[in-house]
Amino acid sequence: MSPNLDSPAVEVSGLVKRYGDTVAVDGLGMRVARGSVLALLGPNGAGKTTTVEVCEGFLRPDAGRVRVLGLDPATDGARLRPRVGVMPQGGGAYPGVRAAEMLRLVAACAANPLDPDWLLDVLGLAAARRTPYKRLSGGQQQRLSLACALVGRPELLFLDEPTAGMDPQARRLVWELVGALRRDGVAVLLTTHLMDEAEALADHVVIIDHGRVVAEGTPHELTSADADEQQLRFRATPGLDMTLLRAALPEHCQVHEAAPGAYLVQGRIDPQVVSTVTAWCAQQGVLAQELQVARRSLEDVFLDLTGRELRS
Amino acid sequence: MTAPDATQDRFAPGTFRPAPGRGRLGRMLAAQARTETALALRNGEQVLLTLLIPLALLVGLTTLRIVPMPGPRVDFVTPRVLALAVMSSAFTGQAIALGFDRRYGVIKRLAATALPRWLLAAGRVVAALAVVVVQLVVLGVVAALLGWHPAAAGLGWALLLVLLGTFAFGALGVLLGGALRAELVLAVANVVWFVLLLAGGIALPPGSLPAGLAEVVTFLPSGALAESLRAALVDGAAPGVQPVAVLLGWGVVGGLLAARTTRLT
Repeated sequence: MSPNLDSPAVEVSGLVKRYGDTVAVDGLGMRVARGSVLALLGPNGAGKTTTVEVCEGFLRPDAGRVRVLGLDPATDGARLRPRVGVMPQGGGAYPGVRAAEMLRLVAACAANPLDPDWLLDVLGLAAARRTPYKRLSGGQQQRLSLACALVGRPELLFLDEPTAGMDPQARRLVWELVGALRRDGVAVLLTTHLMDEAEALADHVVIIDHGRVVAEGTPHELTSADADEQQLRFRATPGLDMTLLRAALPEHCQVHEAAPGAYLVQGRIDPQVVSTVTAWCAQQGVLAQELQVARRSLEDVFLDLTGRELRS
Repeated sequence: MTAPDATQDRFAPGTFRPAPGRGRLGRMLAAQARTETALALRNGEQVLLTLLIPLALLVGLTTLRIVPMPGPRVDFVTPRVLALAVMSSAFTGQAIALGFDRRYGVIKRLAATALPRWLLAAGRVVAALAVVVVQLVVLGVVAALLGWHPAAAGLGWALLLVLLGTFAFGALGVLLGGALRAELVLAVANVVWFVLLLAGGIALPPGSLPAGLAEVVTFLPSGALAESLRAALVDGAAPGVQPVAVLLGWGVVGGLLAARTTRLT
């Protein structure tokens, strides 16, 4: 089926892309194994879409090496495109085209397409079959765009913010779909700024910021890199005096009131620490509510790496 | 990872097993041309521009004796209305559609499929020709009902000229629609349409325009198409070298420029 099955689905090294004076991607490298799901995670403007569009062959890199299914997307687009499915950010369809018409058109470009009617059904678009694209809701447009990416039975899918604008049910469905694609051997490169999405879907997460890779690994590796970075959270009356608690906790643990009434203990959380906290609460005559021990979430890792200030 | 049981319920294993490949060229071309033709004929503004305005002018100028015209009025009006129809669909309609298709990410969407780039252009050309055929049939039938008697010797020439006109105006339409923002395309395409209709040799023959303008008009695609269609359909005359060269020239130059400047988004 494919002349270069040994090559990874996507292999990027030293990728640089500039827009005038702005460096959008700055020496980025990553690798998507065949049949695996990689999430490119980053804040707005981190360079996610630029990276994906270089891999899709829409943008030419200023420097670096890009191989997609063993081919150079900048020069081998005609051979590459039939093997790849693309869901561009913000979709893409004729404003007046009916949902089914659009999908049939894209299906006609493939040798062995999935049945467009079945695909519309499973994506919940059966009732919108004859609705013009411009009258579809944002989530429906996204689902149609996903259908267009899938219909040609590609070896590799690029999904740029696939669940943007979708309601929770539709997001759930897309997650299931990505799971099924992975099971059937399709490699997926998706971008997202949703931590739960990356955590739920990806075999490998690459966090990028300012066009560089700032961290990568499996979701588990990223969130448990540091055993001393666990957390215990609980809610209680705001403004409690924590002097006694600080004295009672082991030295490696810090405690502070993260928001009024929301207390956070950070450090290596063992049963002794939990017991100390509940004992202190009893002493203060308060009930610790929503007490939970958690490793750092991917969101914590992400915010620590990319900063907490708001991006445009 | 997602719950495997839920996944299996909805999507049987192997459903998405890769089986990539490019579709057959003929099938791709047919699918794209069919979609684009249907969209052009379904779009209200496009139909107004490509059919209703030419029809209104055909019927109005033939039956209302406001503008003095030589000979049977319908014989004089029809070639000019056909030239207008070609300009409307191939230039203005094509430019606006392409401008908004780019805006809505269609061109990028299709460029990401197995559809070769040349086929993307070919599909639009076939669709433009299909719309022109519909225009010719509708306008021809209405003109005939109004008593149109075209010179039989010129019918073949007229078809050739319509093809050349579609090529020239289509290339210019793609040049405009592929270069600017959708709103600008809309504005420019409509202004150019209006100017060429009034002063570009379509509504009025070059002879009735001021001397300087008359010279310029014969070098415009509008003037070249309208005059040569008149000569073919009224006099049954073969087109001269000049109008053919003018139409070919605009088409080639417009097409070459468009191939360099047309942007996907």
